Amino acid sequence: MQTLYDKLWDQHIVPTESTDAGSMSLIYIDRHLVHEVTSPQAFESLKLAGRKPWRLNSILAVADHNVPTTDRSDGIQDPISRLQVDTLDQNCDELGITQFKMNDLRQGIVHVIGPEQGATLPGMTVVCGDSHTSTHGAFGCLAFGIGTSEVEHVLATQCLLIKKSKTMHVVVEGQLGLGVTAKDIALAIIGKIGTAGGTGYAIEFAGSAIRELSMEGRMTLCNMAIEAGARAGMVAVDDTTINYIKGRPFAPQGEMWERAVTYWKTLHSEPEAVFDRTVTLDAAQIKPQVTWGTSPEMVTTIDGTVPDPARVTDEVKRKDMQHALNYMGLKANMPIQQITVDKVFIGSCTNSRIEDLRAAAQVVKNKKIAANIKLAMVVPGSGLVKQQAEQEGLDKIFTKAGFEWREPGCSMCLAMNDDRLNPGERCASTSNRNFEGRQGSGGRTHLVSPAMAAAAAIAGHFVDVRKMNG
Amino acid sequence: MEKFHTLTAVVAPIDRANVDTDAIIPKQFLKSIKRSGFGQYLFDEWRFLDHGEPGMDSSKRQPNPEFVLNQPRYRGAQILVARANFGCGSSREHAPWALQDYGFRVIIAPSFADIFFNNCFKIGLLPIVLDSKILDLIFVEVAMHPGYQLTVDLQNQSVSTPDHKLFEFEIDIFRKHCLLNGLDEIGLTLQHADKIKAFEDKRREQQPWLFA
Repeated sequence: MQTLYDKLWDQHIVPTESTDAGSMSLIYIDRHLVHEVTSPQAFESLKLAGRKPWRLNSILAVADHNVPTTDRSDGIQDPISRLQVDTLDQNCDELGITQFKMNDLRQGIVHVIGPEQGATLPGMTVVCGDSHTSTHGAFGCLAFGIGTSEVEHVLATQCLLIKKSKTMHVVVEGQLGLGVTAKDIALAIIGKIGTAGGTGYAIEFAGSAIRELSMEGRMTLCNMAIEAGARAGMVAVDDTTINYIKGRPFAPQGEMWERAVTYWKTLHSEPEAVFDRTVTLDAAQIKPQVTWGTSPEMVTTIDGTVPDPARVTDEVKRKDMQHALNYMGLKANMPIQQITVDKVFIGSCTNSRIEDLRAAAQVVKNKKIAANIKLAMVVPGSGLVKQQAEQEGLDKIFTKAGFEWREPGCSMCLAMNDDRLNPGERCASTSNRNFEGRQGSGGRTHLVSPAMAAAAAIAGHFVDVRKMNG
Repeated sequence: MEKFHTLTAVVAPIDRANVDTDAIIPKQFLKSIKRSGFGQYLFDEWRFLDHGEPGMDSSKRQPNPEFVLNQPRYRGAQILVARANFGCGSSREHAPWALQDYGFRVIIAPSFADIFFNNCFKIGLLPIVLDSKILDLIFVEVAMHPGYQLTVDLQNQSVSTPDHKLFEFEIDIFRKHCLLNGLDEIGLTLQHADKIKAFEDKRREQQPWLFA
């Protein structure tokens, strides 16, 4: 009785009859997503070795990390960023790789545009030189991040030599409370198992609360699998998956569509399948989450307090906590709702899809951001998400409330472009990592859902979105 | 890739759990399109008091005297000992590149993040997992003895101390083979090109929509 992961794994093993491979298997890669940061060295080495990409139509490229989110008519001002984006353009042009360039309406964050275009399909192996590739597992694929050497390996051979993971079943049953989202589930799971809890595992998210999630929600959840240490996260295929894909530009059509759907419907774990580890959560018990430290596992609920290192017995852990509190400028036992914020960032491959923007817009509608907020910005995940949001009037809701409405890209999730925190600034962010300096040197990040980030922008401090009057 | 057999070298300790790849090499340095030159920016935010930007000459910057790698006793260290979940976060190979370019050839920790662990092998940097109790002991020894060295023997899969304690470690047989011989993994895979082609042809027939 196979798990979904076992099925995906078996489907992709290239038999080599090799005896010296140890526990490694040669795995065929169906989709290779490429961005500008982790690919230049791979293209260079490939060229130096006199090799060519194995299968061009498996590759889809886009620049997302370095692109400005302000007016793009003058191009990229930072010469080092510009060179990196130009290098991707050149490599793609030279080799004939499909790429959405910076001014293409379809440009956006690689993990938003893959699914949006139907380039991510159930049953695929999907890789990208980016750890948040786990996002694509929401479609019943085996999707994981790789390093630059592996990017080159996939370009040259269409395969990767990898070791099979253990399987973890994360089962979330019951109904989520109003105002509680996939982001809160993800952070609650990480809080429970820790940032290394999923190391060595592929996680399948299951249970009634997961089946109830939209594709956007499932992507948010799988995106954060890597923050729990798991390279891959996945959700079984169901009607929600299939309805999302139908009609997308890269998706099959006509008779081919029917054939594909028949196969996709087999992409779920068998009822008797055995996982190496099972973790269960009660959806009804999950509250809006806020991180207080410098690792996603340093998380608590909106009605909670900053924990006290004095109560921790493990010495390494206590020191890490103390270090995190010093960096974050927080005191033990302080209520989370008393933490004031300077900036608000709504965006990233975790939370920049249309549903995320709708949830945030609903909170800020007819309100104004608090006086202490220096900057509140919304960065849609793609040009198409931006267009859709504008058609729905969401941009007006945000700008009226005092938010800036930007062009798509990774933006202040990791601050490789000009969007960043200054030293000491505190941010309510819908991104995925609260590491030291992640959003700018000395910046302080609190991870939250889009609705919670919006609520913090209005209140000027963290506040329970469930208790905000409409 | 450079071959790895044995190494006896000075050990430097990073006594923090969950050291992430943003700490190992901050994002501003990822804008480089080169594979080399990251060593001078390793642990940039911790190592320097001033803010680092690409192109800066780190020898002319303000080192943070409190950061472990700036202490003279750890100069020339080629073995890094660390705590649990080392290398968590992004898939940036720039992190192992920076560690290697700085001079490290071995990292020993109780556990590593998956992608980082995997990336290390691709460039000939050896990540070794030892039990956290053994690491507790090594951390104490390193603190007590300036110039403390360990010997790593890949063939015999062992780490030994100056007082002849020997700790064995596990390593995948294929990865060991590649490291010992400095093999190019792409070249090895391409030896199976006909089998990959056959697999691909079959797949195209069964799931043609994947090849549109």
